[in-house]
Amino acid sequence: MKFSRNVAKPLWESKDNEHLKGGFSGYHGVAEVRTIAADKLVDELQALKTDAERPFPVLFDLTAIDESQMVNRPDKATHRFTAQYTVWNPSKDDRILIKVPVDDETLKLPTVEGVYKNANWYEREVYDMFGISFEGHPYLRRILMPEWWEGFPLRKDHANRATEMAPLVVTPNMLEDFEGYENFNASGDSVMRRVSDTGEELMVINLGPNHPGTHGVLRVVLTLNGEYMEKVLPVIGYHHRGAEKMAERQTFHTYIPYCDRVDYLGGTNNEMPYVMACEKLAGVEVPARAQMARVLLAELYRICNHLVWLGTLGHDVGAMTPVFYTFREREHLFKISEMITGGRMHPNFLRIGGMSMDLPPGWREPLKFFLKDFDKALTEYDQLLIQNPIFKSRTKQVGVMSEEECLEWGVTGPNLRGSGSKLDLRKTNPYSGYEQFEFDIPSDTGGDCWSRAMVRHAEMEQSARIIRQCIDLMPEGDYISRDNRYAFPPKKAETMMDIETLINHFLAVGWGLDLPAGESLGMVEGPKGVIGYHVVSDGRTSPYRLRVRAPSFAHMQTLPALSEGHLLSDLLANIAAMDFVLADIDR
Amino acid sequence: MTGALSNEPLWYQLLIAVIKASVLMGALLGVTGWLVLAERKIIAWLQGRPGPNRAGPMGLFQPVADVLKLLTKEESIPPFVNKILFIAAPAIITITAMVSYAIIPWGPNPVWGAISNLNLGVLLFLALSSLGVYSIVLAGWSSNSKYAVLGGLRATAQMISYELSLSMALLAAVMMAGTLNFQLIVEAQRPFWFILLQPLGFFIFFVSAIAESRRTPFDLPEAENELVAGFHTEYSAMKFALFFLGEYMGVILLSGIMATVYLGGYQGPILPGPVWMILKIAVLFFVFVWIRATYPRFRYDHLMQIGWKWLIPLAVLNLIITAVLCLTFPNLVPNAIH
Repeated sequence: MKFSRNVAKPLWESKDNEHLKGGFSGYHGVAEVRTIAADKLVDELQALKTDAERPFPVLFDLTAIDESQMVNRPDKATHRFTAQYTVWNPSKDDRILIKVPVDDETLKLPTVEGVYKNANWYEREVYDMFGISFEGHPYLRRILMPEWWEGFPLRKDHANRATEMAPLVVTPNMLEDFEGYENFNASGDSVMRRVSDTGEELMVINLGPNHPGTHGVLRVVLTLNGEYMEKVLPVIGYHHRGAEKMAERQTFHTYIPYCDRVDYLGGTNNEMPYVMACEKLAGVEVPARAQMARVLLAELYRICNHLVWLGTLGHDVGAMTPVFYTFREREHLFKISEMITGGRMHPNFLRIGGMSMDLPPGWREPLKFFLKDFDKALTEYDQLLIQNPIFKSRTKQVGVMSEEECLEWGVTGPNLRGSGSKLDLRKTNPYSGYEQFEFDIPSDTGGDCWSRAMVRHAEMEQSARIIRQCIDLMPEGDYISRDNRYAFPPKKAETMMDIETLINHFLAVGWGLDLPAGESLGMVEGPKGVIGYHVVSDGRTSPYRLRVRAPSFAHMQTLPALSEGHLLSDLLANIAAMDFVLADIDR
Repeated sequence: MTGALSNEPLWYQLLIAVIKASVLMGALLGVTGWLVLAERKIIAWLQGRPGPNRAGPMGLFQPVADVLKLLTKEESIPPFVNKILFIAAPAIITITAMVSYAIIPWGPNPVWGAISNLNLGVLLFLALSSLGVYSIVLAGWSSNSKYAVLGGLRATAQMISYELSLSMALLAAVMMAGTLNFQLIVEAQRPFWFILLQPLGFFIFFVSAIAESRRTPFDLPEAENELVAGFHTEYSAMKFALFFLGEYMGVILLSGIMATVYLGGYQGPILPGPVWMILKIAVLFFVFVWIRATYPRFRYDHLMQIGWKWLIPLAVLNLIITAVLCLTFPNLVPNAIH
């Protein structure tokens, strides 16, 4: 592909070029933006949720933004913090971004936990990161940072890196936070009780953060009555790396590899919403070949993710063999991914405007070779694990959740479709050219762990179907947009041909892409659920604020609802069937 | 010591016993290490991976390396445990498993066939396997750790429930043979093996045997995904290894009992008795391993339901059918003792 002398018509010659001159480019990825005052918030949200014509049953995301250092604030206001509520109607993919100014003096907002159940953890996260407290919240305490952390990390005056802070010294007082669960509650009761309602002594057990069954550093504090769980309290944050804070130091381009590390099993599925958000902000058109290659990789990584999930689910219910079979197939896929992207788990392949390089010559053959036997492997998993009577007895009627409950908790993806829903962003709002493909959305009405297994198993089949179509339909052409002002710069040899690309290359590499000011929400159907990257730019080279809406976070929040009152073994089945990675929860 | 040697002087009886016991124990202790290797190799084969292959040719010295490692490892006794019971627990399981081998007949010779050709062999086996439960309970209890207690409790409930069906299945075979002496049970199978007359009994015994030896799909007491390592969470080094030794010996023992009671024991053409015994045990052991590699784990309440609502009623049914059969056809088992 040659960039030189053949540059498409530069964007700044087009009509709507106001934002290129430093103006505010608007809000992308949402249908509407509303500003609601804090005192009317609960009523307005309740009205939105139950609106007859245009209901918004899901609170997709809840976060805040510290606007103190924003240049050219679009709202020209002076308050420091703005809370952002994204409500969503998944069946029509209708999204509204609600902005709520926070009073600088009190730093208080009313809790909306009574309207949307899943607001609980999101409000805790906002409290943790910004120090905004929510009145009436039942359990307002830090969620990602340790209890003794000083300061609020996502405030702009908080240090960005450890080297900017005084050395961290852990004192014995800091380590007493476990006792905190005994005593902390808004009403003064102990959260983890040691005596049941009927007077039986309960065992408080601390499952994790180092436990073979929790898939990483997840900690679940349980009270057990015999083997029945009376109370389940997931404690997260052990894997928190500040992915959102890091974005504020990176340029738009250099943040891409960090996306891979958020859901590290999802590969390009994480880069995609981020680059899509950036592309919408910049108004870059992605060439057809790049779009389809993105779909190809996304489906490839979806299969990888589901393979890991199936194997670990089997392992968590005690079957030791399936994981070796699924990893065998996954290894094939990783080899293919390595051939295409150069990376295995962390491809770092997508770029703003396309991909980092073209598909290699001969990319079709290994894929065809893999797909030839993949159906057989799927049948094998089905017979070995999913149809196994013991497996059925472990997962059927375990962790049951209805479709309404799922939406209430913000559950998306295969977990939602396991409850009878057919909602899939790839169908409801096709992105990146998904409308060209023929595929079904598997769903199952059981709502239990077994249905989730069925759905994911069927999804692998559909992903393979999409990959087959990609092999046949892949168009020729550019792999990255020629709009060099915002797209990732072409190879150096090709930039030396004319001044236009030279300047863009020089600026993009030495300075960073300064995307237009504006806000943009990129959403894709990731392997675990809907992933959303909300990019806020104030016209400089780094995101002013980057919000990662991770599906695992929403799903983990449902763990008490799924598990309380059931047996300890069911907790592990629930954890495994939920499909999460800690990096995705804690970010 | 009974029967054939009772007229000999005591020192002679003791000498014979010591020789037999040394041979068997030496063989057992030696073989167990390689059985672990065999299990790992079989599972690796079923899972499409090479398995241990670094120590020696094809990993054959792996057991040596394992034992050396476990012996030289630091033995840590956590400060919060009940020390006496904590140390006693792994010893109990190993000792009970080892002693049980005394009654397994390896050949038809009344003196050399078994270490102890006991007339109450079946009873001794059941008594020792009940004693083995103590090891798990005490390990869980003395560890003073929550996961260990949960594992210990699970093990207790499981082993006691499944022991009932195990004994009842065995009882049906005893009724057919008319004796509690394992060697005579084998002799009673001269025309045909008891697996043909007792298919249901064999099935019940097999399932209960897996549960007794706490292996997948009944490995709840040590379910690593739930209870970390269950009752032996706090154990390390050789004490930890003793639990494994006990478990493997238990598996071979139960395979041996099954081979003896249902598969005709040492009987078989051409090859000598002990060889047939070893072959039969090997086949059963392979099935144990195969099941372990294939099945997920039961849930605790399902396990109890299967035990009490299915296996025990089935075992009673089997007992009744056997009783009716034995009364209607007195010559069903020609070599039976009446």
